[in-house]
Amino acid sequence: MKFITARRRNPFVAVLLLVAALGAVGITFSAVSNIEPAQAAMGSQTQVEDGKKLYLEGCSSCHALNAQGAMNGPSLIGVGAAAVHFQVSTGRMPLAAPGAQAVVKEPIYDVEEVAAMSAYIASLAPGPAIPTSEDLDYSGADVAEGGVLFRINCAQCHQAAGQGGALTQGKYAPNLMQATPQEIYEAMVSGPQSMPVFSNDTLPVKDKQAITAYITALQESPNPGGLSLGRIGPVTEGLFMWIAVFGAFIGAAVWIGIKAR
Amino acid sequence: MNEITPNSGANSEAAGEGHSSAPAKLGYSPVAEIPHRLRVTDTDPKAARRAERQVAAMFTLSMVFIMLSVIAYVVIDKYAVVYIPVLGDVGASNVVLGFTFGMAVVLIGAGAIQWAKKLMPDVEVVQERHDMVSEKEDDNLAIANYERGKDESGFARYKLIRRSLLGAMALLPIPIIVVLRDLWITPPGENPTEILTTTMWTKGKRIISDGTYMPIRPEDLPVGGLVSALPEGILEVQEEEHNLNARGKAAIILVRMDPEQIRSQQGEGWDYNGILAYSKICTHVGCPIALYEQRTHHLLCPCHQSTFDLADSGAVIYGPAARNMPQLPISVDEEGYLVATQDFAVPVGPSFWERDKA
Amino acid sequence: MSTTLDHPVEQVGGVTAKYVDERLGSNKFLGRNLGKVFPDHWSFMLGEIALYSFIVVLLTGTFLTLFYNPSMVEVVYNGSYVPLKGVQMSEAYASSLDISFEVRGGLLIRQMHHWSALIFVAAIAVHMFRVFFTGAFRKPREFNWLVGVGLTALALGAGFTGYSLPDDLLSGTGLQIIRGILQSIPLIGTWAAFLVFGGEFPGTEIIPRLYAAHILLIPGIILALITVHLMMVWTQKHTQFPGPGRTNTNVVGYPLLPVYMAKAGGFFFIVFGIIALIGGLVTVNPIWVFGPYTPDQVSAGTQPDWYIGWLDGALRLMPNWESVIAGFTISWNVLIPSVVIPGILFTGLALYPFLEAWATGDKREHNLLERPRNAPVRTGIGVAAIVFYGILWIGGGNDVIAAAFDLSFNTLAWTLRVGLIALPPIAFLVTKRICLGLQRKDREKLLHGYESGRVLRLPHGEFIEVHQPLNYKELAVISAKEDLPVLPAPVKIDADGVRNPNYRIDQLRHKLSSFFLRDNIERPTDAEIEAGQAHAAHSAALEAPLHEYEELDQDPVGHGGVLHHPGMPMTNQEHVDQRQ
Repeated sequence: MKFITARRRNPFVAVLLLVAALGAVGITFSAVSNIEPAQAAMGSQTQVEDGKKLYLEGCSSCHALNAQGAMNGPSLIGVGAAAVHFQVSTGRMPLAAPGAQAVVKEPIYDVEEVAAMSAYIASLAPGPAIPTSEDLDYSGADVAEGGVLFRINCAQCHQAAGQGGALTQGKYAPNLMQATPQEIYEAMVSGPQSMPVFSNDTLPVKDKQAITAYITALQESPNPGGLSLGRIGPVTEGLFMWIAVFGAFIGAAVWIGIKAR
Repeated sequence: MNEITPNSGANSEAAGEGHSSAPAKLGYSPVAEIPHRLRVTDTDPKAARRAERQVAAMFTLSMVFIMLSVIAYVVIDKYAVVYIPVLGDVGASNVVLGFTFGMAVVLIGAGAIQWAKKLMPDVEVVQERHDMVSEKEDDNLAIANYERGKDESGFARYKLIRRSLLGAMALLPIPIIVVLRDLWITPPGENPTEILTTTMWTKGKRIISDGTYMPIRPEDLPVGGLVSALPEGILEVQEEEHNLNARGKAAIILVRMDPEQIRSQQGEGWDYNGILAYSKICTHVGCPIALYEQRTHHLLCPCHQSTFDLADSGAVIYGPAARNMPQLPISVDEEGYLVATQDFAVPVGPSFWERDKA
Repeated sequence: MSTTLDHPVEQVGGVTAKYVDERLGSNKFLGRNLGKVFPDHWSFMLGEIALYSFIVVLLTGTFLTLFYNPSMVEVVYNGSYVPLKGVQMSEAYASSLDISFEVRGGLLIRQMHHWSALIFVAAIAVHMFRVFFTGAFRKPREFNWLVGVGLTALALGAGFTGYSLPDDLLSGTGLQIIRGILQSIPLIGTWAAFLVFGGEFPGTEIIPRLYAAHILLIPGIILALITVHLMMVWTQKHTQFPGPGRTNTNVVGYPLLPVYMAKAGGFFFIVFGIIALIGGLVTVNPIWVFGPYTPDQVSAGTQPDWYIGWLDGALRLMPNWESVIAGFTISWNVLIPSVVIPGILFTGLALYPFLEAWATGDKREHNLLERPRNAPVRTGIGVAAIVFYGILWIGGGNDVIAAAFDLSFNTLAWTLRVGLIALPPIAFLVTKRICLGLQRKDREKLLHGYESGRVLRLPHGEFIEVHQPLNYKELAVISAKEDLPVLPAPVKIDADGVRNPNYRIDQLRHKLSSFFLRDNIERPTDAEIEAGQAHAAHSAALEAPLHEYEELDQDPVGHGGVLHHPGMPMTNQEHVDQRQ
């Protein structure tokens, strides 16, 4: 306790708190889920049946018995395996509670179960498939080209540095700093929730790889200028300046004004 | 106890014409009673020497930091990255230069202040103030000089000179304003209203996607899809004009929705099978907008949060924008690529004075 | 005093001073001013922060001009920052990237420049609050207030023009908004926008033009005005807070040489050093992650720097009004928040000292600062204005706040809209009440001394609460309150039947005067204070036998208590005498 009391006026603690508060939300949104790219682009018959079972238990109450959609959930016919994998493996689905939008949480299904559910939904109608490891291989992509495409297609919602941003009525575009290449790809092809679809016809796989390369570069890049303040620009900079820097100045001014003992 | 020196405030001053004389003195305690307490450094020579050493140590340490700073400038590779707790992975050169130089400068300041606080006399001294108003003599002198000048120049007498001089001085600034006219070297025959009203879009102009610059077929765009797009030939125009003006006006977004969900459009049949083209430039103050929520068909401006409903003629449903997002009528050409069928029917971007005259 | 310039350096200095003096008569100035007295208070340092951060801005800015290229010619980036390699961008942006990555120490200087610019405006704001709330703008300092208001506006201009220079995606969007604002001005707006941008937006002229304004025009005027500002402070001598020995006609503090110079000079290095530390340790405006500007791209969370945030907030909170009158379009939704509101705010700021002086009829010179509680209406107005500004400011970041705290910005914006109308008046009333409460408490203290909280039973059974007399310092501070009467109501037709031609204006003045002054809690008379303090001392003395270990006067420094403390035997006057 004493340790904290003694240090709570430390400007670095103010920074830390600031960054922690602002970062916490974003990080929660995109908690890590390191699931291997599922192999099941085309599922076996047993997988489809297993998937159907899981679907009926976990999803049908909202999306209806034949996935045709109902009051509480949209139709899943034709959304494809990519959408199922994205939504379920990041824990967004099944929905914990109704809200502005589905939040990322600990996934409740394991890799095989997700694969089975994806196979089941994919069997209903053709839709975007789960990307192959070739689709996801961005090693040959041009990062700078990806940056240009990112600013054209993604930055308007996810912010130029991929830190996420607000949408209408409490919805938001999530922070991308923990997003895996597979999640990025699946989100683009399936258009989860508010996000528009970026099909492979208007945004070819090569460009998707470039975008992935750019997001990964953002995730991994250091901050040449020092503490990043969340890379969201003037709001945190202004807060930091008013709280930490002015705190230090006024501390110094008071010190000058106090008579020495 | 404290002696109380009478305070002659201005309480009794009459109102009406205002309070004009300054109170002679406010507050209590004459100068002689300003308290003073000796510091440890005043009474204990050891403490004074300690303070001297402290100050000198700060100045010396400052020198050390300056040296470190110069060494860092030479030694540290400018692309080197270093991990520092709390800060994370940061540029080594920047952090070390900033830290060493900053410490060097702070230490000079801290040393000087410590010196002043501990070793220089901390006895408050008193100086008298004088009213700002000039002495009567100076006042009279100024008036006398003014009168002499007026008289000698004959400024009051020579009415014609006076008036013509005033006139000349009044007109003098006009060229300074006039000469600013060519801040915009207006190309012959052009005027702002016309420029703001026309864009690159013409009948049959192909729509290409921004970034890839490829023409788009309707079947490329799925329901729920979004493409930031430009007119074909934009790069050539940019090359020729050496600016981004055409891009700033012609940028559009293409979205596709279930045709049944389109409640209204700005012109009949301006969509193509549920594909709608809207300007990307906000009608509020001109930020580019592409925050399209495919579920609700809302388009949100990230600058001031104006929200437009693209399923309903691009109408404003929230925020400070007053005008619908302008819609671009589209179709397909014989090769099956999306094209514009005409230019925007209304000026894109923020409103302007002559907008509705256009 | 004998001069002992015996050190070789001093001899050189002496010769130099004489050389200069023979040509400029400078020693007369030095002789008069090296001993000039400056009062000491931490809040007097706030203006210094502004001055010092401006010096840092000038120094770092000069360095930046050596590398920055204000050109909008498109080039292909080929520097060391890989995620932008091969990307088309303006030379302005490319050279800003080069400053950040290729020039050693360049990023540090760029970040110091940006941080100190943010600090400059903030320090001006805080300094202005201090001046406002202590009434330091009153006669004879109205001109300096006006200069300060001008400096504030120029600081915003300097900041915004600089923010735009890197030509990154964030700042370019800001320029796009400026274009929209210019276009909203009735009659001349469209042409104004075309002239400013040299044609259509974005054109290729705006960056070089902003550069000229940013490095020459605006800083030149700021420097000139700062000089005037400081000369006026010098001539008029700094104000001081009430305290022992401090009157309206003297100034109590430390002489320029050496104490004030060491403290103020030392503070310069502190400010400079902290800016350097922050510039090295904390990122500001990472332009490389925003990318180059093109007019058809945007980033979520687009914000201006903090000092323009309130204008952006005003634009966000404004309802979407627009009207077409006789075929001409007037965009109230842009014009009101970005032109009218700042116009009113700055005009109000500039006129306030004159308005208050007129309303209260106060024509006296004020060198002693007023405690905020003693001017409840002024303090209330100030707090209300800050609340108004603060809500607009929060509005400027409503999307970031909404995203960070999981709110809907629609709800947030509506809350702020309501707050913008409702909260300033509430803030005014609450502040005024608090001030009046404090005034009442002060009056109590003057009349009865401190309530010690200790209850004493007297020998005859009576219970009393022990009151203690105020110490010398509090007495000086609290008793410095001034009272002004409300200006009398004018008479429409006087006894002689003459009509008052200025009746309406006099009536307005009377009402304003009453608004400012009617609730004032009057300061007791000197005799009442004396009696009150004596009574309190008596009550404390009654208790004394029970608390022999405790000192009667809690403050050992007071001239009543010095005898208890060996080692602090002298008053200030004695010290001064001794020194002379």
